[in-house]
Formats: sequence, structure tokens, C-alpha cells
Amino acid sequence: MSEQLALRSARVVVTRHWWVIRGANPWTPLVEGLFEPFLYLMSIGVGIGTLIGHEGRVIAGGYSYASFVAPALLATSAMNTAANQTIWGTWYRLQFEKFYDSLVTTPLTTTDIGVGEAWAATARGGLAGICFLGVIAALGMVHSLWAVAAIPAVVLIAFSFASAGLAVATIMRELHHNQYVQLVMLPMFLFSATFYPLSVYPTVVRDVVAVLPLYQSTVLARGLTLGRVGSDQVIAVAYLAVMGSGALWFACRRLGGLLAL
Amino acid sequence: MDDGLFCSCVILRLYCLISRDICNRAVLVANLAPVTALVEARGLVKVYAPKDRKSEPFTAVDGIDFTLHRGEVFGFLGPNGAGKSSTMRMLSCVSPVTGGTISILGMDAATDGRAIRSRLGVVAQDDALDNELTVRENLLIYGLYFGLSKAVASERASELLQFAQLEERAADRVSALSGGMRRRLSIARSLLNRPDVLLLDEPTTGLDPQARHILWDKLYQLKQQGVTLVLTTHYMDEAEQLCDRLVVMHKGKIVAEGSPRQLIEAYASREVLELRFAVTAEAAPADKIREADLCHRLEVLPGRLVCSTDDGERTLAGAHRLGIRPDSAIVRRSSLEDVFLSLTGRSLVD
Amino acid sequence: MTLAIDNGDPANALPRRIGWVGARRALSYHLFRYRRTWRGTVVISIVNPLLFLLAIGLGLGRVVGNHAPTLHGTSYLAFFAPGMLAAAAMQNGIIESAFPVSRATAPGGSYAVAKTTPLDPTDIMIGHLLFMALRIAMSATAFVAIMVALGATRSLSVLLTIPAATLTGLAFAAPTAAWAARAANPEAVGKLFKWVVMPLYLFSGTFFPVRQLPPVLRDLAYATPLWHGVQLCRSLSMGTATLGAALGHAAYLAGLFVVGIVLARHAYRRRLYV
Repeated sequence: MSEQLALRSARVVVTRHWWVIRGANPWTPLVEGLFEPFLYLMSIGVGIGTLIGHEGRVIAGGYSYASFVAPALLATSAMNTAANQTIWGTWYRLQFEKFYDSLVTTPLTTTDIGVGEAWAATARGGLAGICFLGVIAALGMVHSLWAVAAIPAVVLIAFSFASAGLAVATIMRELHHNQYVQLVMLPMFLFSATFYPLSVYPTVVRDVVAVLPLYQSTVLARGLTLGRVGSDQVIAVAYLAVMGSGALWFACRRLGGLLAL
Repeated sequence: MDDGLFCSCVILRLYCLISRDICNRAVLVANLAPVTALVEARGLVKVYAPKDRKSEPFTAVDGIDFTLHRGEVFGFLGPNGAGKSSTMRMLSCVSPVTGGTISILGMDAATDGRAIRSRLGVVAQDDALDNELTVRENLLIYGLYFGLSKAVASERASELLQFAQLEERAADRVSALSGGMRRRLSIARSLLNRPDVLLLDEPTTGLDPQARHILWDKLYQLKQQGVTLVLTTHYMDEAEQLCDRLVVMHKGKIVAEGSPRQLIEAYASREVLELRFAVTAEAAPADKIREADLCHRLEVLPGRLVCSTDDGERTLAGAHRLGIRPDSAIVRRSSLEDVFLSLTGRSLVD
Repeated sequence: MTLAIDNGDPANALPRRIGWVGARRALSYHLFRYRRTWRGTVVISIVNPLLFLLAIGLGLGRVVGNHAPTLHGTSYLAFFAPGMLAAAAMQNGIIESAFPVSRATAPGGSYAVAKTTPLDPTDIMIGHLLFMALRIAMSATAFVAIMVALGATRSLSVLLTIPAATLTGLAFAAPTAAWAARAANPEAVGKLFKWVVMPLYLFSGTFFPVRQLPPVLRDLAYATPLWHGVQLCRSLSMGTATLGAALGHAAYLAGLFVVGIVLARHAYRRRLYV
């Protein structure tokens, strides 16, 4: 019964987020979320694709180079939207604004708060990803019906990064620690086989990259939009599910320590 | 200006001549003007341009005159929005005057801002300290603005840390200081260039009682060393404690001027009798008191009657004879607060 | 101990106009501060562009190879690195001006303190811009050193890319300072990065030749200051610079810088002397 109650109470937190979005212009964050991956797609996917010429088609397995980059950007946009939501938004309310100090005096538990925050961020990240999926489908960069499965896949990606971000938000003590977060997010974006296959790297680097969560997300998304699904995608799903639930469990425990003193 | 004030001004000027300026002849030659007045404002006006098309231009200061003398503590007293801070900004030469003139240390604020500012100390309302630096570094870095050499800045920083009782915190980050310490540090900083005049905008707003008293002691110390202090405040006790002379500002105008004692004598009776009733029960007794003409001035507030009188106990006895039975009664000396409220009214200005 | 008046103080003896003296004092303020806070700036100004250089320049360079038709035989790394140098300079110019200026102008910021000293708003502005120039030049120098180490350039004229990149950064820093002194808050700065910096970054010839763009976008890209910065740095790094073209690009950037200074001077005066 406690699990059921937790989910129902967590909805309060989600409702709060929904009211914030409803109060502002709900389209603004959506357009802003699409803008950056779209620019990257046009610049690197199309621009560099032209530069590479034939080599790009080889990488993408016969499709355009942009079709190769697009799913990576899809995974990245779900990651960025979800993780930024928890790393900055939740962190701000938790450690700076101290908003949750006022919530723990209500029947809500710290687990409700953690689950609610992860839920809301997953919704935002998933929505951003699904919209971007629509964009790349419209541009003809989706080449398989498997792409329908990319919708839940994107939600899974958003969930695992929302939870990871939540865990970071419970650890980070000061605002200037944000540069360490950047120090992880940017290289992950640049090196997770986003713009070229893993085979470019020397063997040692390949192994390191292969365990990055964004690499796994990219493998999942790319497999589905290009219609090449195999054991790699199954592993990626398992990886993301484990990482997401593990991070959420950790974050809720940390929240308990931070709020319920 | 009455005689007492005139005399004190003469004495002040003599004091200035003897104690400091004579010791420093070069300055005396350069600055004959301070002998007459340190600051002289005539017909001062500040109008802010409208923020957007819908709003009107706002007149914050509406034609005020005042003169400050060397060595005195001068206060601007007034509710929020009276024009105190605007006047202070014009005095610190960071806000161009819309009309009128200010002469400071014999120079014109409109053209000699740079030279004037080099001889002012300014303590702003928000301390504007650098939270990422230590207490001592906050002083040293400020010295750079005045072109002080490292050695001089360092020597003065040590002196000032001692003055501000912050020696033990010298190596701490500013972010770890309490409100009172921050204010003392920002006063110490403003003294780094050894200013002729120190301008303080609401120096004790937001501080707890202990911190306020420490700060008053520090300001009093400065006053005794002959620093001219100009401060704004909306605390009556602060004005009574510190100011030799003050002006009461209201809606951009000066509505009264004098020493705290003079103001109380001129604008308030000797004592005040306050009678408390249940709310709405004050109307009938108020009529009785008025009919019997028991006091100079009667103010009727919800549940409360404030009677200005020469002898509070006698007025209270008179009220008792009229059959008035208040829940409680207080007799007290008139304060600057009574002056202030009678001049600016009781309603909130904001 | 006397804390009080000391009119014989050399600090108080200031001429009516101090010009560069004031700006130098404002600069020394920023330098003093930087000696205490430099650690926080390394990641964003040096590590970030370096990561792009490795991931895109080296990584993608392996894919592109030497046979990209639009690169005329040069390696992608040699093409991309100087472009990235200019783009990083732009980014550093904006980072160094947007956040610090909006923070310094806000209530309780460092300008509020500086303006009550003998410095006037123009001194404060020039001093801060000098500091920005120094920061941009430092980051550019580090970047060029890495470029050389990676073998991305072999021309001696690459040394000239340091002042070229600094000029590029300043061409953005000065107008940004003018804007930030007036209107900026952290949210607005975020928007500036998203809607202005990112598009410039991705479409001004850093990643691929502007020639490839459709005609309308291409002409638009030619008009952007970053394209001129990229062209200038690239020609100097590859050793293909001609005097006329280089001067043309530099003049465009210098012009933007001067316009920025004029606007900033006005904005600082309006904002600080209310």
C-alpha cells in the first residue's frame, strides 16, 4: 500500500511542475528544447555530411550521414532536457530555495518528492525527445518502422538521466560545482559515438566510451531509427533501466538524509 | 537659524581651524571654502525619467536647501520614498542633479565629481562586498581604486580592521560574516581613502540590537575624531543618538530642520499620554477629552488615544475624573517619533 | 590612531581628468580578483574548446580524411582548429562580459562600489574591457599552443592568430558589455547563448566551409562577425593570408569593437549615474 501511496503523493509534485508550465507559455520550452539539437543536426549532420561526401554514407550504412547523427542528437536532447531539469531545477529548489523543507511538513515523504521530481523531469525530457523524433522523421532521417519503439525508448533515456541528475542534485553542495557537471556532460556528448562510429577510436578508448550512458542511449536510438535492432539494443535497455532505478533509489535515500533530519 | 545653533557653528568652525586645518597648511590654502561650509546645496531637484511610456516622470527630490559644516553629524530623516537616498546619491556625485547646485569641499558636484569622490567615503545600503574574497582582501582591493600603494593600503587595512573589530576575521571569506560585521567592514572600507566626509545610507537597517549599538559606538568614535558624517535613517532613536542636526524629509521636501531637541520642542509637547481601549471603544472617551480640552492635540487611532500634553499625569487624572476607564495608560516623554509622525502622518507611504 | 581626514594624502590629489589612470586602476581591481578566482574559469575557457578540438577536429577528421572536395587537400584538423580558435574567442568574449558585467551592474555589485571612488563609468568600462582582452588572449594563447602540439598548423604566421582571435573576442565582448550593463539578468544571458551564440558557432564556417550553405544563408554567414574572425584566423594559421583580405576582416571586427565601446560608454553612464 505504501508504494501506491507514494505514487499518488508524488503526483502532487508533478502537478506543481505542470502548473508552472501552464502558467508560462507551454510552447516556449518545447521550441527552445528543439532548437539546439536542430542546429547541430543542420550544421554537423548536413554541413559536415556534405563535406564528408561518400564516406558519410559508408558510416550510416547506406543512408545519409545526417541519418547517422540524428538519433544521437535525439538521445542527447532527451538527456539534456531531463538532466538539466533535475540537476538545476531540483537542485535550486532543494538546496538553494529550500522549497522542499516546507513540503516535508505535509504528509508527503521524501521518497514522494524524489519520485515526483524524477517523474516530472522524465515527462519533460521524453516530450522533448518525441518532438525531435517527429522532426527527424519529417526530414526523412528515419528509415524503419522500429522507430515507433523509439518513443518508449526516448522516455526510458529521459528517465535514466532524470534520475541520475536527481542523484547529482542531492550531492552537489554549491553552485560553482556546475562546472564539474559540464565537465562530464560536454565530453560525453562529444565522444559518445555521436558524430562517428566507435571504430574511429583506439581500442582502449572504445571500451571507456562503451560504458558511457549516453553511448548506450545513442546505440538504442540509432538501432531503432535505422532499423538495425539486435542484442546491443537489449543490453542498452537493461543498462538504462538499471542505471535509472539505481540512481533514483540512491537519490531518494539522499533526500531522506537531507530533508528529514 | 537660532542663536544656539549659530554659536555652535562658530565653535565648530573654530575647532576645525585649530585642530586640523592649521596643521595642514597646504590644504588650508587649497581649500578655503570648507571654512565656510563643507557642503552647500541650493534648490536641489531630482527628477527620474519615466520607466516606460505609461508612467510619469517621478520627482524624488523637490527643491531642497541645506548646509553641512565640518565635523558635524547631519541626518536625513524620513519615511521610505521621502527622497533621502536620492539626495545621498547626488551628494556622492553618482547621480546628476536635475536642478539646483551642490558644492562639496568648495567644488561643484556637476563638474568635479571625480575630485570630490576621491575625498568622500560612501557606505551604501547593500554593502556590496565581494563574497569570494576575504575580509582583508576586500579592503586591499578597494585601495586599488584610489591608487594607494600596496604598503599604504596594507597599513591602513590593518588599522581599519582593528577599528572595525574584525582583526580575527581578517582571513575569513566575507560570505561567512554576520550582517553587523559586514556593515562594519563596509564602513572600514569607506574609510580607506581617509575621507573628509562619510556618507552612510541607512547604516543600521536590518541589524539586530547588539549590532546596532556596536555600530553606533563606531560612528560616535569617528565623530569624535572629527569626521563629518552624513546619514539617512528612519529610526528616531538613531537620529537622536547620533545627529547634531537633522532635517525631516517628506515627499521630496524638507519639512523641518534643527537639532533633535529643537525639533521635539518645536513640533511636540513635553509629554505624551497614551490610552488603550478595546478597538471601537475609543470614540466616546475621545469626545469627552476633546470637550474638556484636556490636551494640546488629540490623535484618535483604532483602540488608542494619543494625547500631547505638558503634564501627562495631570491629564490622566483629569481623564479619570471624567469617568474614562482605559484598559491601560502610559505616560512618556515626547520623542522624535512624535515629531516625525505629526509631520509626515501615520499612513504608510509605500 | 587617526582614521580621519588626511588631505595631504597622495590618493586624494587627483587631477580632474585621469583618463588611462582610472582605467588602469579598474583593471588592477580585476587582476587582483582574478589571482584569487582563476580556478573557476579554466574549464569553460580552455577545456571546453579543447574537447571540441579533439572530438571534432581529430575524431571527425579521421572520418573526413584528406579527400574532402571542398577542403582542397588540407586536413580537416588544419581546417577546423583555427575556426574553433575564433569561435572559442567569441564564446570567451561573451562569457567574460555577459555574466560578470550583469553581476557587477546589479545592486550590490562591484560597479556600485567602484563608482563611489574617483573612477567614472568610462574608466570602469575600459578597465573591465582591458581585463576581458587579457582573458581572451590568455585562452587563445593556450589554444594555439595545443594546436601546434597537435600538428594542426605549420605556418609561422599562426602566432598572429593570437591577436586576431583576441580582436574577434573583443568585437563580441564590447557590444555584449553594453547590452549586459543595461538589461541583462542570468536568464537573458542564457537566451543570448541559445539564440545568438549557438547559431553563430555552428554556421559561421567553423565546422564546414560557408560555401556549402544555400545562397541566402551563405550571404547571411558572410555578414556575421564570427565568419570574419574565422576567416582571419584560418588564413593566418594555414599561411594563406593576403594583406588586403586580412586587413578587411580585421577592420570589420575592429569596427564592431569600436561601436561596442561607444554603446557601452553610453550604457555604463546611464546605468551607473542614475
